[in-house]
Amino acid sequence: MTSSTFNTGKIFNWRLQLTSRGQPLRLLNLLALPATGVLVFLLLWTVGARNIDTSLGKFPGPVAVWEQFGALYSEHQRSRDKEAAFYERQRERNARRLAEDPDYEAKIRDYTGKETFIDQIGTSLVTVMSGFLLAALIAIPLGIAIGLSPALNAACNPIIQVFKPVSPLAWLPLVTMVVSAVYATPDPIIAKSFINSMITVTLCCLWPMVINTAVGVASVDRDLLNVSKVLRLPALEHVRRIVLPASVPMIFTGMRLSLGVAWMVLIAAEMLAQNPGLGKFVWDEFQNGSSDSLARIMAAVVVIGFIGFLLDRSMLQLQRFFSWDKDTATH
Amino acid sequence: MRWKKPFGTLAGAAIFLSGLLSGTATAEAVELGYPEKEELTFGFIKLTDMAPIAIAYEKGFFEDEGLYVTIEAQANWKVLLDGVIDGRLDGAHMLAGQPIAATMGFGTQAEIITPFSMDLNGNGITVSNTIWEQMKPHIPKREDGLPARPIKADALKPVVEQYQAEGKPFNMGMVFPVSTHNYELRYWLAAGGIHPGFYAPHKGDISGQIDADALLSVTPPPQMPATLESGTIYGYCVGEPWNQQAVFKGIGVPVVTDYEIWKDNPEKVFGITKKFAEQYPNTTIRLTRALIRAAMWLDENNNANRPEAVKILSQSHYVGADREVIANSMTGTFEYEKGDKRPVPDFNVFFRYNATYPYYSDAIWYLTQMRRWGQIPEDKSDEWYKNLAKRVYRPDIYEAAARSLITEGLAKAEQFPDFDAEDGFRAPQTHFIDGIVYNGREPNAYIDKFPIGLKSGEKL
Repeated sequence: MTSSTFNTGKIFNWRLQLTSRGQPLRLLNLLALPATGVLVFLLLWTVGARNIDTSLGKFPGPVAVWEQFGALYSEHQRSRDKEAAFYERQRERNARRLAEDPDYEAKIRDYTGKETFIDQIGTSLVTVMSGFLLAALIAIPLGIAIGLSPALNAACNPIIQVFKPVSPLAWLPLVTMVVSAVYATPDPIIAKSFINSMITVTLCCLWPMVINTAVGVASVDRDLLNVSKVLRLPALEHVRRIVLPASVPMIFTGMRLSLGVAWMVLIAAEMLAQNPGLGKFVWDEFQNGSSDSLARIMAAVVVIGFIGFLLDRSMLQLQRFFSWDKDTATH
Repeated sequence: MRWKKPFGTLAGAAIFLSGLLSGTATAEAVELGYPEKEELTFGFIKLTDMAPIAIAYEKGFFEDEGLYVTIEAQANWKVLLDGVIDGRLDGAHMLAGQPIAATMGFGTQAEIITPFSMDLNGNGITVSNTIWEQMKPHIPKREDGLPARPIKADALKPVVEQYQAEGKPFNMGMVFPVSTHNYELRYWLAAGGIHPGFYAPHKGDISGQIDADALLSVTPPPQMPATLESGTIYGYCVGEPWNQQAVFKGIGVPVVTDYEIWKDNPEKVFGITKKFAEQYPNTTIRLTRALIRAAMWLDENNNANRPEAVKILSQSHYVGADREVIANSMTGTFEYEKGDKRPVPDFNVFFRYNATYPYYSDAIWYLTQMRRWGQIPEDKSDEWYKNLAKRVYRPDIYEAAARSLITEGLAKAEQFPDFDAEDGFRAPQTHFIDGIVYNGREPNAYIDKFPIGLKSGEKL
């Protein structure tokens, strides 16, 4: 099993080799060409945006989106000031009440104001990482077991193949109902909405990891397996010393694919289930239908893309760090 | 204000009694205790009439009561109602019909009550530009060439007939089966001779399109303009700012406001579960106090605070529409067509005319419309209507909240109905577009007055 990331990596390498005869060319490749690409894109965007009329006004160009970044940031600042005032008022109120009513258990409640754009980014990141880690905890052991045992592989294969292509939006209503039924505490420590998004993310990013791990484990070099047999390694030791190190590159390929899926799924899930996060931000702005809405949505799109890119890059770094097979860990 | 323990625990019982006992004796007896539940989450739909909740939060009225409230926008009315029923939300901005229908068991069954009516008026019916052009020849004109208002559905009837002749369904949007908008749209259509269709829940038909000339279906309020623009529906009835939004976007024309269909009609309510009110009596009274103060603030000094309210509502986590769109209706005008802006000072009423007092007769009007269109499939006695209204509408809680505000000098007695004399029924109301008089004391007699709709004894 190979993934599309390998192919693009190879093409890129090939291109690098073609132009790497001189330093200036390499510099051109690294800086000038991407910069040109971005500039052309911005230009096309600006021109295109001017020609698209929506019922909410013109489609936002780069300048409008940039302004919204500023507006979103100052909203965040204002909200922080309000938050400070909120805590101040609360402390005063608690003190007043304690003076009247000494039995009162004064406590400081969390700020009740709305999450700002920057808070929403944080929420989304925490959710996606929790869902992803939960999936990894399930998928990697499962993948190893499937990879080691052809019988288990044959048994699990149909289920994996059927569930793999399922969209998060199909899972979401089921997850929501089950979570409401099972997780029925009056005063939950972790918000239900968080659990809904997290489980949906987990369900969707489980499969690439299971498959890649299983393939990695199944395709461990015969020689290595023979070494293990000769040394008569016990089962656990066999996994630890031979199987895991040998399949690390594939496991990480699976994890990288999964994290990409997880991020996409999360935005959709937040949008549909109104769970806090960037997806909800986009949906709320769409519902508002103000003249700034499109620019704000576009700002969110840029941020979502940028975070997705950063997540992918950090997985790549991890992959490089852990992997002995540097060939699989290209761009 | 010193808190005395026995009074705190007795507050609930005392309030219950205040409905039974008469007069001033109970007024001073209750000293309001601290709230039992301090952290609350309230839901709302992005509509300008959610203003009392936003104002109570922003102006610190909730905090004054020791309540720490989180306000969350909800995707649609069903999600909102389910949230209140399953406890995810402690209370919410609701359609007047929702607590009534829930208590009755039409849709999800749950005992929901309302101690506070949120506003009067505030809705409009908008049609697409195409339909407007087709309606125009049938609308009488004023001397200056602008259409004479109110526009009746008589002008729409020939258009609907033409669509029917061509075999095309005439689709319109409203926001929820038990929404004010559904009943207002139906009222307006039926007053013009267009049949909006019956419900038959006992036969499993809850589409409300039996015998219909115009087919009504549900669309969430913020999506109305987009759905109209895409051509899925030809018109809709919705609250602000979604009618003004159609004008600003140039995609539709509001033909009539609900103020013209029924002057000063009760609109949204604040809904909580009966269980919540019983479990947290002080919290219930306190949140009602905060909402009353917010409503007073909104109507104070002849709407002087409205511009500030508009600024608050236009924030993206409340209504979020452009300021001028919200301002259009909130500050006493209504723009029907581009350039045809007319004064409607009472388009949004939050406090005056006793707007916040939960009148039984308001609940009964909704029940009569549910019966008229078959959501209540069989005959009910006048007593049944009154008893159900009394289960859902709770002027006793409102009275306790108002009286304590008066005692503390935060409000004046003359701002409220005379509680000692008030029986919860408004005097017969005359300002309907078809001239039919509504008397809440005689629901069955009222239902029989309509030319279109089920009458007593009739069953589908």
